[in-house]
Amino acid sequence: MDALTIDGLRRILRECAGVAEDVDLDGDIADVAFSDLGYDSLALLESASRIEREFSIKLADEAVTEAKSPRMLLLVVNQTIGASSPE
Amino acid sequence: MARRAAVTGIGVVAPNGLGTAAYWSATVSGHSGIGRVTRFDPASYPVRLAGEVPDFVDGQHIPGRLLAQTDRMTRLALAASDWAVADAGADGSTWPDYLVSVVTAGGFGGFEFGQRELESLWREDGGQVSAYQSFAWFYAVNTGQISIRHGTRGPGSVFVTEQAGGLDGLAQARRLIEAGGEAVFAGGFDSALCPWGWVAQIASGRLSTCEDPDRAFLPFDEEARGYIPGEGGAMLVLEDAEAAAARGARSYGEIAGYGATFDPRPGSDRPPGLARAIRLALADAGLAPEQIGVVFADASGLPDQDRREAAAINEVFGAATVPVCTPKTMTGRLCAGGAALDVATALLSLRDGVLPPSANAVRPAPDYRLDLVGPRPRRVDVDNALILARGYGGFNAALVVRKPTETGTRTKEEQWTR
Repeated sequence: MDALTIDGLRRILRECAGVAEDVDLDGDIADVAFSDLGYDSLALLESASRIEREFSIKLADEAVTEAKSPRMLLLVVNQTIGASSPE
Repeated sequence: MARRAAVTGIGVVAPNGLGTAAYWSATVSGHSGIGRVTRFDPASYPVRLAGEVPDFVDGQHIPGRLLAQTDRMTRLALAASDWAVADAGADGSTWPDYLVSVVTAGGFGGFEFGQRELESLWREDGGQVSAYQSFAWFYAVNTGQISIRHGTRGPGSVFVTEQAGGLDGLAQARRLIEAGGEAVFAGGFDSALCPWGWVAQIASGRLSTCEDPDRAFLPFDEEARGYIPGEGGAMLVLEDAEAAAARGARSYGEIAGYGATFDPRPGSDRPPGLARAIRLALADAGLAPEQIGVVFADASGLPDQDRREAAAINEVFGAATVPVCTPKTMTGRLCAGGAALDVATALLSLRDGVLPPSANAVRPAPDYRLDLVGPRPRRVDVDNALILARGYGGFNAALVVRKPTETGTRTKEEQWTR
């Protein structure tokens, strides 16, 4: 299965939780804390739920809450995708 | 000297006007916002007219992060709260946050958001509901969202008493000011103009199935046949009258009296409670009936209910002695938003000395013996106005607003004693 890319994450965040007024979501956000991007725990819960649905995976709750930046979340998601591949 | 709750800011979102100035100008000129439903195709429903708020572009008023998590009624409430605080000319950042409160009224909750999530839940590839559904539907959500947006930390509350909620909430806001609150956002909003919300409203059996926008909602008229529902409401900013005057704020008027009663169970031989609510509100305001210059009626548009309301008004004031206004003929009934909007309208009437017309009141039923303000506005200087509201299920509420009183000479000590 294809990995989740940073652009894919941008799309999901935008669709699930919107974009804060003073944030450039298309900028260099990989290492910006979600809190600085204006996303709270509920926004991440909603986005994680969308990721689970699109990739048919199950993410551990604590793995999502511990991912503080887009790069960390991508790592968790893509590890899970790899782990659930039927190889 | 006791603290008095002055209204210093008004924000209106109504079917016949977005913003206080647009609404008031439309209302005084008798311009109605009732028309055929456009939000969905109403052809397969027995009720096809509504008071829809036109031209409200979400993205112009609501930040992107909030769009994902708000129902339409919350968006309307957030916009109106921004406008109300701007109208008050207040710098909210200087208010002590624990002394600023939010009190809202909501009767439906977030139907449109909820319908979308139900559709998502039952879709073939669905099975999911947004995490935001956990609060976006909830009656109290407007209080929460407004409090987050404006950084308030004082006690927040919500009233769910259908149409009466708009008055019940303002009475609570007045209590908060009297108890030492610095400022209160208080108002009511509802919107349920989606198929799910529509069938829920139709099920009450109280809606008018007439398809002529000029004849569908005719409270106190010989041809009254139910009401047309609408969406929207009003948000007011209340402050202590003296403190507001000290910062040079303009006051629209004061919340001077309030009474609430509950009707006896159906079939009981005890009388309905509206007249008692009126008397309680007058007593609370320290006013005699002849000091009330205008009544804004609940105006249900159902003959039985109209008859009862006319009887209650006449029981207290005498037959055809006080002018009765029904501006909701131009918006439809807005559930919790209706009475809040009527209070805003009453304050504007006091300010300008104009009683708004009642659209289409061509043939008021003579045996109700009301002095109904007809299709033309009336120029009258009024000191005190009474607003009535009845919520489905037996809620009665009456609220008195009065013109701003001359600000007194409260000592500094009194001013800071809380």
